[in-house]
Amino acid sequence: MSAFENNPASAVRVQNVYKAFGKRPESMVKRLKDGATREELRSQGTAAVIDASFDVPPGEIFVVMGLSGSGKSTLIRTLNGIQPATSGSVEIFGQDITKVNTRRLRSIRREKISMVFQHFALMPHRTVGQNAAYSLEVRGVNRSEREKRANDALKLVGLGGYGGMRPDELSGGMRQRVGLARALAAETELMLMDEAFSALDPLIRKEMQDQLLELQQDLGKTIVFITHDLNEAMRLGNRIAMMRDGRIVQIGTTEQILNDPANDYVAQFIQDVDRTRVLTAGEIKEPPVALLGAEQGPRAAHRLMRQHQTSALCVVNQSRVLQGVVYEHDIAEGVAAGKETLAGLLKPMPAAREETYLAELMTAASEHAAGLAVIDDAGKLLGVIPRVTLLNAMADPTPTSSVQTIHQEVAA
Amino acid sequence: MMFAGETEGMGIPRVAVGDWIETGFNWARSNLGEVFALMRNGLETLTEDWLETLLTWPDALVLSVIFALLAWMVRDWKLGVLTLVLMVSIIAMDQWDNAMATLALVLVATGVALVIAIPVGVLAAKSDRVSSAVRPIMDLMQTMPALVWLVPVVTLFSIGVPAGVVATLIFCLPPGVRFTELGIRQVDREVVEAGHAFGSTPGQILFRIQLPLAVKTIMAGVNQVIMLALSMAVIAGFVGAGGLGGEVARAIGSLDIALGFEAGLSVVVLAIYLDRVTAAVGDGSGILTKLLRRRRPAPEQVSATEPAGTDVPTVKNA
Repeated sequence: MSAFENNPASAVRVQNVYKAFGKRPESMVKRLKDGATREELRSQGTAAVIDASFDVPPGEIFVVMGLSGSGKSTLIRTLNGIQPATSGSVEIFGQDITKVNTRRLRSIRREKISMVFQHFALMPHRTVGQNAAYSLEVRGVNRSEREKRANDALKLVGLGGYGGMRPDELSGGMRQRVGLARALAAETELMLMDEAFSALDPLIRKEMQDQLLELQQDLGKTIVFITHDLNEAMRLGNRIAMMRDGRIVQIGTTEQILNDPANDYVAQFIQDVDRTRVLTAGEIKEPPVALLGAEQGPRAAHRLMRQHQTSALCVVNQSRVLQGVVYEHDIAEGVAAGKETLAGLLKPMPAAREETYLAELMTAASEHAAGLAVIDDAGKLLGVIPRVTLLNAMADPTPTSSVQTIHQEVAA
Repeated sequence: MMFAGETEGMGIPRVAVGDWIETGFNWARSNLGEVFALMRNGLETLTEDWLETLLTWPDALVLSVIFALLAWMVRDWKLGVLTLVLMVSIIAMDQWDNAMATLALVLVATGVALVIAIPVGVLAAKSDRVSSAVRPIMDLMQTMPALVWLVPVVTLFSIGVPAGVVATLIFCLPPGVRFTELGIRQVDREVVEAGHAFGSTPGQILFRIQLPLAVKTIMAGVNQVIMLALSMAVIAGFVGAGGLGGEVARAIGSLDIALGFEAGLSVVVLAIYLDRVTAAVGDGSGILTKLLRRRRPAPEQVSATEPAGTDVPTVKNA
């Protein structure tokens, strides 16, 4: 943690936070610090969060992932003090909220932090517009101004024109959009989302995830997102904290967690992850073995292929924009025919953007022996994904016994 | 400790609980006499001089029509018609003035009860300590046989309407507290949490979230308070509170079956009316609540000139 010290640029900085529920939480925390386990304290109460530390830079989506009872919901509530931490410090944009009085805490909540809830927590006696405007009302913004801003927020989530309805007239997905609009209308830099999409059915959930990512790109909020769904965590999170029994067991990017699980618990979890839907082309691409300039001829291509022992080459122009691919047998024919240029030998190559999920690469990969190219917006080649790489990326690093390797020496 | 040896159990001392309580009331009467006199005057003015005068001022039929219109506004025209029939039946039994006297007593007792009960209920909902302190007191007030309250009340307020109001008050207060506490505790925890998360003050949470969401339950409590007040108002007739209760007391004294039933039926009629009307207010089903709740059109909808686009999600259950 020392790397983060004296770093006021953090949006959220949590250091050694404990939260215990019971008659004497302080003494429980003291025992935890002395090495007692959660189980040993069971009779005294619940140790919900044990020694949590992390740091969220502005603009990041930080996901806390864990099963029910892992303490993730309590952890997120210590960030705005709804459940004050029993011990440790919670800094929100440099201000330690564990050390301020209630009045100051309320003003920090009003100005810096908004929250989206699992079961939406809309106020059924208010219209959608009044719900969206709640934070502004609490802040004392005048009516016309808050109606305008609430309407803007509702438009952002695709609910423009619904301001006059009541929450119970809306479907679940739309209600959570109102919850999101309420948080957006507050225009805080930090948004806490507590299992915000868990109560929605899968299709709506995916839609909301996409919308959140889009909004995040436009608005650049810092988001702390709680979920029990690892697929969701990996779709949304820049970084993920894995929680178990009140402790954070690993913090890392999707890739780090998938490829290097900190312990068996995390490893067990990621077994069920559909890697093709969380890993992207950019994360698995490799530098191309060799590149052929578009102006070079079949002979140069032939030499390069022999040199690198490969049967296909990516062809790029001078500014590294991908032109296509050439295959060994075509080149061999070209050399035999005495051709001087690549004209007629160039074959199309499938290319994907860095953010494309692996699931979308499968069909193209199966049809093209050379694998796929990864390009940027201008068409520049960033890397390649050979078929083997694609297969490896999808494979679970934990060994499995359902496949056996057979190797029988044939008798002479 | 006294060992009078007069209890039937072996060796269990006689504890003179009754004497102690009596001593307490006597002390209160002799030392706080002026306070009680002040309360007595206040209740008398409120009930007899103002409310009863107001209720008996218009012609009985005119007031019946007003009651009927009120019923129509909070529920529907059927309740309005029923009300008119009920009120006319009271007039026909020649109990109108007595009924209005009882109604005045019930309304004052209910009003005072709610002014006390709702804040106490709010406090009990906020703090478990207050809740567990208040609960046994409520139990005592409610389960002590109603007639027992009459004696000390008379010693403090003497015979008359104020004694009737206070005895009624004691009896009808508890459901007001209980339902308020229940209503506020039942408000979705996550919604209250949302209020906190956006930085609401405790006052904003109470008045913008908890009370509006508890209002249905609180209205059910108000309904209970009124019903208990009505039943106690009749008993209060025995301490000179007059009205329908006074008629019932008179009927018992003179074994007058006819008078007893006419007064009794009038109580039933009042009970039906008050119950239906307060229940309707709680439901919020009538024109009145619709008028009060009518939302002003959001500016967005008025200015929206583009037709409902296909990109707007469809509304379920709209």
